[in-house]
This record gives sequence, structure tokens and C-alpha cells, in this order.
Amino acid sequence: MATVSIREARKSFGTFEVLHGVSVEIEDAEFVVLVGPSGCGKSTLLRMLAGLENITAGEIAIGGRVVNNVAPKDRDIAMVFQNYALYPHMTVRDNMGFSMKLAGAPREIMEAEVQKAAAILGLGELLHRYPRQLSGGQRQRVAMGRAIVRHPQVFLFDEPLSNLDAKLRVQMRSEIKELHQRLQVTTVYVTHDQIEAMTMADKIVVMNHGNIEQAGPPLELYDRPANLFVAGFIGSPAMNLIKGAPGQGGFMTEGGALLPLPASANGSAGIYGIRPEHMRLAPGDGIPATVQLVEPTGSETQVTVRIGDTPLACAFRERVAARPGDEIRIMPDTGLVHLFDAGTGQRVN
Amino acid sequence: MSATTSAPAWVRRPAQQNWVVRLFDWKPFLIVICLAPAIGLLMTFLTYPLGLGIWLAFTDTTIGRSGVWVGLENFEYLLEDPLWWNAVFYSVFYTGIATFGKFALGLWLALLLNNHLPFKSFLRAVILLPWIVPTVLSAIAFWWLYDPQFSIFSYLFVDVLGWRTTNIDFIGSAWPARFSLIGANIWRGIPFVAISLLAGLQTISPSLYEAALLDGSTGWQRFRYITFPMLLPILAIVMTFSIIFTFTDFQLVYAITRGGPVNSTHLLATLAFQRGIPGGQLGEGAAIAVSMIPFLVFATLFSYFALARRKWQQGEAND
Repeated sequence: MATVSIREARKSFGTFEVLHGVSVEIEDAEFVVLVGPSGCGKSTLLRMLAGLENITAGEIAIGGRVVNNVAPKDRDIAMVFQNYALYPHMTVRDNMGFSMKLAGAPREIMEAEVQKAAAILGLGELLHRYPRQLSGGQRQRVAMGRAIVRHPQVFLFDEPLSNLDAKLRVQMRSEIKELHQRLQVTTVYVTHDQIEAMTMADKIVVMNHGNIEQAGPPLELYDRPANLFVAGFIGSPAMNLIKGAPGQGGFMTEGGALLPLPASANGSAGIYGIRPEHMRLAPGDGIPATVQLVEPTGSETQVTVRIGDTPLACAFRERVAARPGDEIRIMPDTGLVHLFDAGTGQRVN
Repeated sequence: MSATTSAPAWVRRPAQQNWVVRLFDWKPFLIVICLAPAIGLLMTFLTYPLGLGIWLAFTDTTIGRSGVWVGLENFEYLLEDPLWWNAVFYSVFYTGIATFGKFALGLWLALLLNNHLPFKSFLRAVILLPWIVPTVLSAIAFWWLYDPQFSIFSYLFVDVLGWRTTNIDFIGSAWPARFSLIGANIWRGIPFVAISLLAGLQTISPSLYEAALLDGSTGWQRFRYITFPMLLPILAIVMTFSIIFTFTDFQLVYAITRGGPVNSTHLLATLAFQRGIPGGQLGEGAAIAVSMIPFLVFATLFSYFALARRKWQQGEAND
């Protein structure tokens, strides 16, 4: 178990800088998810932590020890790769015990450790199989087993679920979270899927273009996104971000609609953000809107409407009988409106 | 609406097929016509010569006289022929040492080229050169290199470095000649092995090495536990080919020593040629050639069963 400190870490490939001074503090036994779009530098940061990429500038410390010049095998970390990286010519048992074999551990201790990890992951019956004979989810578990056997100070996961089908992904997601709760090992998890980030993390680090946009607990990122990027990235369906300007009696959108402003609003807001699920039906005093598209999902109804020329996505808990072309009246929950500066993209309320 | 109704109506009619189209749709005809070229070529250039060779081995044909069936007489004669035994010994020795040399050096070269090197593709192209040059040309080059009087090696060691006082005797006596030919064969065989194994190395996922790095492996352990076992299947196939090509080698030996000195470097292939064509004993030459078949079949079976399929390569089967 250990803390991890990343201080002003930079990474350049040749003259191209992909990480521009990133700092993250990770507490002992914390589950941190690095999330961001492709090419934002999250995997590079993880590989720097693992020692598979060198650190151009800055410092990474694991358990208080700076590891910039420590070989991967001496960093006391274990990594689960996106493609699992199981050794195809070794059985599950040999895959899981490989690190102990290299370290010269006695056979009985190795077998005991492998059995223990296999029991945790439900792999007991599969120890004699080869990776080719396993399903995707089983391979994923073997990759985790290989990490568990080592008793590392930090677990690293590099998009471990992206090769699985949707159903299995949800299942493995909760398995990984349970595993973390059981083992209480500091974990750094990279994904591009914000749902994975929201459901698993103690702390989410949202990255974009080699910078950290915001770091914090999942619900804090959801409730108070610090800037436009985080607002658009976290949450599904995505937040409505509407251009306009505060005027008399509310926020005048470029499309000509008038939306109510929260009490905390000030004059500099150029972008009005409201999550679809924070719109409600208001048959009496609501804003008139024209229905464009109705998508029932069962648990909620996603409706795309138009207020004037401004499109707006809404998600209602109740069933909506409206059809395209109908007029309904809706109202944003003013307490949950996010306002951003149009130039800097920073939050202003 | 009016625009669409005024367009001339068009109805798809079933196409009228003539007899050629119907013939080409007829499966038995297609099978015959598609297989004919391949079968024809194989029969003409593979089955016929092989069959003729085997037939000749059981006759006493000489050049200018069609022979008669003599049964196993040729083979009985070979078993008592010290030259044939000599050629068997040298063929096995030549194949064994040359294959070992080619694979040791070829694997080493492949591992080097698999690293990030400057001018990597240029180096890879250069590696192929010995293989691209026609064998007879490189054999003549080696003939010069091994020349008793003009050898550049002798020049280097005697005149430049002064380590020796006499020229090196490369192909003038039996054992040096045997090893000199093996050296030439290794030089010529390395590219094939190196390029094939390099292709095999590149199929190994880099993330396996990264995983092994995190598992705490040293460079040697990564070779021992990852590279080598994962390379074994392709190694087996390349080795089978290499053994066959080396065992049946003819050009290098015939161009450099012609089996000499005093028949000490005859391979089975050169001996067969020597007996059959210059010697005129077609039946006996054919028998020597046929006597290579058991060795080749054994080598192939050995590679195939002992090395080729590994359990971990097989599919979804649950044991």
C-alpha cells in the first residue's frame, strides 16, 4: 500500500510534448481513474508510472520514494494491460506464477499464492488451461490474478475492459471495484469511458491535450464541472451547452430563447449549461418547446426539443406521450444550471 | 407523380443463358478445368522426373544404353561402396554443422535486427544479399577466397598481419575442405534463417515483453521464457526447410571442390551427379539420389512431430 505523487510530470516524444506538467496526489488505498479522450496522454502517464516510458521532466514518487530512475521491476507495481498480455505458451497457473518463478520463490509458496489469487477470482478450475482456451472475461481475470499474486503497492489498469462486450464490461467493472475494496491497494485506472470513471473511482482525473482539466470525486465533477470540457465530458447523455448572453429576465440564447438564470449568476456568462436530466416538464408556466425526437429507454424518456432555434436535450423520469412536432412546456432546474465564460471556458457561477 | 409514371416501364427479364454459360456453371466441369493446369504442371515437372529417377534406380541404364530391371542390385552395390558411405557421412555432417551454424548466427542476427537500429530497413535489405546472389556466383567468390595461392585470408594472415608463414590450405586436403564448404554454406544460409526468424520475432506482441519487464525478468529470462518458446513453431518450420535444402545441396560443393580432394567432400547429390552424368552410370546415380529420400523423410517427420504444433497454439478445445 502506498501513496503516489506525480509532480509536474512532462513527457516529450522527440520535440512533441504530450504531457505538459501534470500533478496528481494519490492517497493510500485510493482508486483513481484517469479519464479523457484518445490521445490526451492518460495512457502515457500510466506507462510513466509503470516505468515503461521514461519521465522527461518532473517527478513521480511511489510510497514517498522518487522512482524516476528506478527500473519497472523494482517499483513494486503490477499492471493489467488492455490486451491482457498473457503469455500464450504458459498455462493460467504459470502465467500467474511467472513473477514468483523469476524471483526464485519455492514451488509450494508459489502454488499457494496462485491458488489464493485463483480463489479470489474464481479461476480455480482453469489453472491448467492456456490463454487461448479462455473467454475474454476469464483472460481479464487471469491478468488481474497475475497482478494480485505479486502483492504490489500499486495496481495499474490500462483500459482493461475495452476488449469486452458491453454486458461483460459492466460485470467486470463491479468485480474490479469489489476487488479493490477487498484488497485495499492503491489503484490507478485508465479509461476513455466516463461511465467507468464515474462508477469506479474514488477520485477522477479528467485529462485533455496533456493537461489535467479537473480532479476530484466523481459527484463533485458531475455537480460542479470546473470548465466546459469537463461539463461536456462527464455525464451521459451529455450536458446541453448553449451559447448566448445574460439579459433582462434571464439568459438570452443565440437561438432567441429565454432561459431562467440561477441566483448566483453574474454578467460574464457566455455559455449556459444544463444537464438533460435537470430539465422537467412544467405544463403550466414552462417555456414552450417543439418536440423533435422522442427516445424512450424504459427508465426514462429522452426528448430532443427546440426552443426557438435552440436545440435542447431533455431526459424525463416520467413517460412522455408527445410526438415530433407537438408543443410541450419545460423548465430547467435553476439551482442546477452551470454557467461558463465563453472565452476561457471556465465556470463562472 | 406524373414524372415517375411517364418514365418508360422496365421489367427485369431472366437472362437467357447460352450453352457456354451453362457449361461454366456446371460444377464437375469447373472442377476439372480449374485443376487441370496445376495437375498438368505437377505431373510434368515433379511426378514424371521423380518417377523416372526411381525407375532408373532399379535398372542398369547407362548413357547410350537403355537398361534392364535389376531389382535392388544398385542399392546392394552402394552398401558395399566406401564412397557412398563417405558421402552419407559428409552429407549428415555438413547438414548438422551448417544447420547449427546458420541457426545460431541467424537467430543472433534476427534478435539484433529486431531492436531499434539506425538504418534498420537498409540493414535488413543488406542481410538478404547473400541469398539473392546466384549460388554459383557466390561459390566462385568462395573458390577465390579459398584459393591456395591467391586467397585474401592467406594474404591477410601472412603478408599483412604476419601471423603465419605459409598460405592457409583451405580446400587442398580433406578436413579443411569439409569445413571450408560448411563455412560457405553457413554464409549463404544465414539470410533465409535471419529474415524468417525476424518475421517470427515481429509477431511477438511488445506488451508481452512489457509484462515480463514488470514481472521482474532480466534480458536473458525474457529470451529464455518468452522469445524462444514463442519462436519455436516458426523455428521448427524454418529448420525443416533448411535441413532439406542443406542435405540436398549441390551447387556450392560442385562449384568449389567438385567433391574433391580425393572424393572427401562428396555430398549424396554431387556423388549422384558424378556417377550418373560424367560417369555415365545413370542407374547407379539414380540409386544414390533415391537413397537420400529416407534421410529427408526422417528429418521432415522429426521437425513436424517433435517441434511443430504446440499445445498452446491449438484452438478452443478444452484439452
